[in-house]
This record gives sequence, structure tokens and C-alpha cells, in this order.
Amino acid sequence: MEHGAWLTGSLIYLGAAVIAVPVARFLGLGSIIGYLGAGILIGPWGLKLVTRPEDMLQFAEFGVVLMLFLIGLELEPQRLWSLRKSIFGWGSLQLFGSALLLAFGALACGVDWRLAVVAALGLAMSSTAIGLGTLAERNVTATTSGEAVLSVSLLQDIAAIPILLIVPFLAAGGEGGAGPGWLDAAKAIGTIAVIILGGRLLLRPALRWIAKSETPEIFTAASLLLVVATAALMNAVGLSMALGAFLAGVLLAESEYRRELETDIEPFKGLLLGLFFIAVGMSIDFAVVAAQPFLIAAVVVAFLLVKAAVLWAMARTMPIPQLERPVFVILLAQGGEFGFVVFQVAANNGVISAPVSSFLVAAVTISMILTPLMLFAADRWWIPFLAGGRVELEELKVPQNEPVIIAGFGRYGQIVGRMLFANGVRPTVLDHDAEQIEAMRRFGWRVYYGDATRLDLMRTAGADKARVIVVAIDDIEQSIDCVKMIRSNFANATIVARARNVQHYYELHELGVRLIERETLDSALMSARSALEQLGWQPHQARNLALRFRRHNVEQLAALAPHRADEARLIAAARQGRQQLEELFAIERQQAAERQARAGWSGGADP
Amino acid sequence: MASTDPPAAAVDPAPSAGAEVLVIVAHPELEQSRANRRLLQAARALQGKLAPGRLAVRDLYALYPDYLIDVGAEQAALAAARLVVWQQPVRWYGMPPLLKLWLDDVLAFGWAYGPDGHALRGKDLWLVASTGGPEDSYRPDSYNRYFFDAFLPPYEQTAALCGMRFLPPLVLHGAHKASHADLAAHAAIYAQKLADYPDWPEIDAVEDCIECAVPSSARPTDRVVEPA
Repeated sequence: MEHGAWLTGSLIYLGAAVIAVPVARFLGLGSIIGYLGAGILIGPWGLKLVTRPEDMLQFAEFGVVLMLFLIGLELEPQRLWSLRKSIFGWGSLQLFGSALLLAFGALACGVDWRLAVVAALGLAMSSTAIGLGTLAERNVTATTSGEAVLSVSLLQDIAAIPILLIVPFLAAGGEGGAGPGWLDAAKAIGTIAVIILGGRLLLRPALRWIAKSETPEIFTAASLLLVVATAALMNAVGLSMALGAFLAGVLLAESEYRRELETDIEPFKGLLLGLFFIAVGMSIDFAVVAAQPFLIAAVVVAFLLVKAAVLWAMARTMPIPQLERPVFVILLAQGGEFGFVVFQVAANNGVISAPVSSFLVAAVTISMILTPLMLFAADRWWIPFLAGGRVELEELKVPQNEPVIIAGFGRYGQIVGRMLFANGVRPTVLDHDAEQIEAMRRFGWRVYYGDATRLDLMRTAGADKARVIVVAIDDIEQSIDCVKMIRSNFANATIVARARNVQHYYELHELGVRLIERETLDSALMSARSALEQLGWQPHQARNLALRFRRHNVEQLAALAPHRADEARLIAAARQGRQQLEELFAIERQQAAERQARAGWSGGADP
Repeated sequence: MASTDPPAAAVDPAPSAGAEVLVIVAHPELEQSRANRRLLQAARALQGKLAPGRLAVRDLYALYPDYLIDVGAEQAALAAARLVVWQQPVRWYGMPPLLKLWLDDVLAFGWAYGPDGHALRGKDLWLVASTGGPEDSYRPDSYNRYFFDAFLPPYEQTAALCGMRFLPPLVLHGAHKASHADLAAHAAIYAQKLADYPDWPEIDAVEDCIECAVPSSARPTDRVVEPA
């Protein structure tokens, strides 16, 4: 019978998702609303195919954990460190600013103070799943607003810990004293220390050892085990599982297995996150909604407006580019899954009553359902309205047929574009950073708004007729996605690619790109020339040395491409190559010195 | 240059080293050339028709746009050849700068000339040049003041120092004004001679190269400067 239940369950969930998501995407509503709709459809208030959504919700929350692990993988420790101000400053402002306003608002309406505090804290939280999921779906994680959403979400993850600890004390005559609190805090700090130290010292050798077994499914198992173990560890000491997974991700962001971990975890994340949204859809208690439809509508509208006001003020002062503000505000204004937990804990401890808890959960869920709809409306009306006649941020719609397409018009793409323009070539330029486009248009550039990793958009940009596509995107992952898409759909075009670093170079090389430039190589060599000249080298000699260094370096890089996965061999070969070059230059210097000596020239300051 | 007609990709499709006839092309503005571009096209077209290992074409300005010559590759190509062709426009009565740099770097002392410098000995050198000025400008009573032959000794002596035989040059005068028919005829002669080598009617009349050994006492043993 167990098998039967498992099979029917899979049948229902997968079937609902497979039907609802494509329909929603086809209607232009995004996949999240598809999942939510599927959940409502199969839930207790729809076809009644599933009756206990809570179990599924708990299981599917793991999707959020996996998502945060993946986000962590994208964030090197230094970048996280550089976000600290944003996380603790703006994040706290959002959470506590919104909570304060909400609490005062509730008190003013005559609500009991305990309920006001719990509701305010719970409603001030936002849904990490929807926020970061939407960012990823729209490919805007790397923009100013994307980072701001990430910062606020992280702070909420961190803040959830003390909030969940405090809530029980709000109950009249709360149990627990200070002792266990301190103990818990010590345990929590200890666990985080274990994760950080373990991640730094043990994970990479362990992964290397596992990778050596060359059994792909075992590596996948290890990736999942890693996330599950971190989550379990955090859960055991009462910390946020997602936060633990995020930390583990950050610690592995610099490892050579990043890409593999990512591809292994990605499908699990996608499915579980989908399940999570389905479960949210199922768990709406329509009885509560039907009992007090106007009150619930009022609460939803009120808390969305209060949070939106705080967020809008933040967006103005940060500042977030005007055209990115609507998405930022909408993604963080909704309630989130942490709210569910806060209300549940509060109800279990008798701080609020069970019906009130269901009511608040329903309000949060409705706000989550509204989010994709609001985004849809914002894309249609709000953002174009903000854009006004000033910048027309509409996506590229008119088919282009220039011989060159430049994808990414930041520091790098601009120079490429200017040189082409100066020579009478008019490239079709794509970028998806609204701020960047605004700035470029002020300088008179015709830049189209669009995500260059999207097939339909590239087709409109004329990729099937273009002879050259310059991929100058600064985000490595998007650059790779873009190249893959071009290689498999527009084989006629030659790709000219910008590489952020050597690993990126190798990834591009592996995809068959041959015209790759590392973005810092040539400017660094010019600086090396300047330095040599200052030391007394003749300018022309410095130039020759730099050009020869460059050739050697590029040849060596290409020669090492087959071994790029083998770090030890790569290092050894790189060392050997450097030594060869040094020896070659040393021999030439010696010969030159001998020539000078024999010719009777004075060996002056000349090298 | 018309912006509507971007130049075709100029990257050499794998310059083949190791051929009997080695064509070294040096033209700094090939996109503006009338004669040398035709000749290069003719040579490339011929290359496809001949057996592999018969003809190699190296377009120096395409291979080394940054003037960083791969000496090893050039010397290997030279070593394999029997006939070396320098195809160039005449610039200021001499060769384009990259071809001169090629000489400086590739025809090294101790390799191409000097003691133990015998890598090129016994090979043939053939100059294929074009001039902007018409033939009658190369006369004592015209603006170029000398017969064209007066500008050839540096080439001849370069060949001689390396122990190479200097074949009678193929020169197209007045390249700016040559008609399409003239250019086509010139290119056809060029291709024919590349294909026929060494079966040229005039080749028997050419004297064997003069031996000009540089005595080792003439300079510090490994002093690398231009032959004086």
C-alpha cells in the first residue's frame, strides 16, 4: 500500500506541475504562479486529490534550502563580505522598520499587543523562495536590485533565529529562563564555527577524493548529502536550515567543483521548489478566507502597502535604479514562509490563538499568490510608466540584421562597440541592466534591453544572420549560457568572447570558442611595459618582451586546456612554463651582455 | 573603405610549413592593393590545385599584425623550401618594413650566413615586386632618376651572402594604373612560374651563386647585427 500512496502522490504532483506550469508560462505569468495554481487545483479546496498539505510543505521546504546553497555557491566570501553593510544595514531597516510600522498600525486598530508584535514580525518577512526564484528566472540576480533583494533575504534568514527564540516569551508567563537561551546561543555559534571550519578545511579534499572515484551519481549523492547534513546540523541546534546551506555554498564558491555541484543540485532545487509552491497553493484555508473576506483583504492590502512604502523609501535612498524599483518592492513586500513558522510557533506557545494563526497564514499565502500577478502588472504598466518617454525599455522586438551583435555593454563591450562604430560597423547591442542602458542612451547609444541568454531575443537581434557575436557579459555563468545557446542555435556566427579569468577562459575554450581574450591581460602587460621602461629598459625592447611574454602565455594556456580539471598537473605545468620563459629571457640577457662586453661597449644602466 | 563591404576575414587558414616553393607575401595595406592582392589570390588558388608540400604561402602582415615574428616557424618553412619568393610592393625603393624585420629576425647570423650559417645555401630567391611609378619613371631623365635595376643590389647581395641564387625578378610597373587585363595577365604569369619551377626557360642562364663566406674574424663571434 505504501508503494501505491507514493506512486499516486508523484502522479498527482508531477501531473499537476507538468500541466499548470507550461500553461502559466504560455500566458506570460511565470512558472511560480503555475505551481501555485496547480497547488490550489489539487488541494483540499480544489479537486481534493491531496488532503494533508502540511506534510508536503515541510518536505518541499528543502527546495528553499537547496536554492540558498546554490545562491551561496555564486557568492565568493569576499563578495559576501562586501555585502555586509547592505545585509545588516538595509536588511535590518526593512525588517524592523516594516515590523515597527505594522505593529503600531495594529495597536492603533486596537489589537492586543502580543498579537500585534507577532503579526508584525511574521508579516515583515518576505518569501526567499519567490524573491530569489523570480530573480533567477528573470536573470537579474547580478543587478543592483538583485543584490538588494539577496541582502534583505539573508538578513531575514539570520533574524529569524532570534525572532523564533523570542516569540515564545511573549506568552503570558513564558516558560524558559535565561540559562537554556545562553546554551542555545553557544550551540548555535559552535555549529556555525564547525560549518565554516569544516567547509574551509575538510570539504574540498573530501570532494576531491569523491570525484576521484569517477562515479557521477556518487558525486551527486555527495552534493546532496553535503546540503542535507548542513541543514540537519543547523536544524538540530534550532538554526535556519537555509542559512546553513547558504554558508556551505559560500565556502565552496571558490572550489574547482563549484560548477559540478551546481549542475548536480540544480534539478533537485527546481523540482523541490516547485513542490514548495504547490504546497503553498494547497495550504490556503479557503474557509478562513470565506469567513472574513473583507477583513483578510484589508489586512493583505494594508501590510503590503506598509512594506512597500518602507521598501520604496529604501530604493530611493540606496539608490536602486528607478526602473528596477518596482521589482525590488514587489518581491520583498509579500509575506513569506518564515511568517508561517513564526505564526505556528506563536500558536503552539499560546501567544496567539489557532484561528488567528490560520488567518495570518492565509494572508501571507494570498500575498504570495498576488506577487507574480503584481509583477506581471508591473511589467505591463508600472515599469513602462516609470520609463516614460525618456528611455524606451521595451525589449527588442523589431528584427535586426547587423553583421555584429554585442551581448553585454559594460566596460568591456563599450570599447568593442566604440571601435566598431568608429569604423562604420553598427553592431546590435544588448544589455539587461536597466541602469547601464539608461546611462548609455544618455550618451547617444542605441542599446536594446534584453537578456542575451534567451534564444528568442537573440533571434530577433539577428543572430542567425550575424557573422560575429561578441559575448562581453561580465557574469561568467550568463556568458557561458549565452555561448552555449549561440553554439547550438547559430553555428554560422563566430563568437568573440571576453573571459573574466582563466577558468572562464577554459570553459569557453571547451565550448569551442577560439577568439577569447582575458579581460585584464593586455592592460596588465602595458603596465608591465611601463614598469620596465621606468627601470631603464628601452621602450621598444619592453614592447618586444611584453609581446613575447604574451605569446608564450597564450600558447601555454591553450596547451594546458586539456588538463584544466587536474589542479595539481595544472600548477606543475604552469610552473614549468614560467621557468622556461624565465630561462629563455635569462639566456638572452646573458648573450646580450656578452655581446656588449666583446664589442667593448660600456655596460651602463642598460639591462 | 566602404563600410558596407567589410573586408573578408584575413586570417590565414593554417599557413602550411614545409613546401618546396615558399611564397612570402608582405603588403602593409593589402585591402588597398591592386596587384599584390591579385597575386596573392593567384598563389592561394594554385596552392589548392598542387600536391601538398609543393607550395606554401605566408602572408606576413596577416600572420604577424603585431610585428612579433615567430622565428622558429619561419626558419622551418625556409629550411624546407627550394625556392623562396618575396612578393611585395616596392616602398621607398625597398621592401615593406615587416619584410625587413623578417630579414633581421629570421636570417640570423650563424643560421643564414656567417660561420655555420648554411641553412639557405643552394636555394633560389625570386623577387616579385610591383611599383607605383610607371616603367619610364625609372630613367635618369625622369623623377625616379635611376633604372629600376639600380635598386636591386641589396636584394641580390642578401641572397649572395646566404649562398642563394638570385633569379630574375618579376616586376609590375605602374601598378596603380594597370588595367584589369594587364593585372590578370601578370597574375597568370606569376602562377605559371610558381607551378613550373624549376622548369623555367631562363633559369639555365642564371649563374650559380657566388660564395661569400664571412670570415669569423670579421666580427665578434655571436654579434647579431645586420650584415654590413
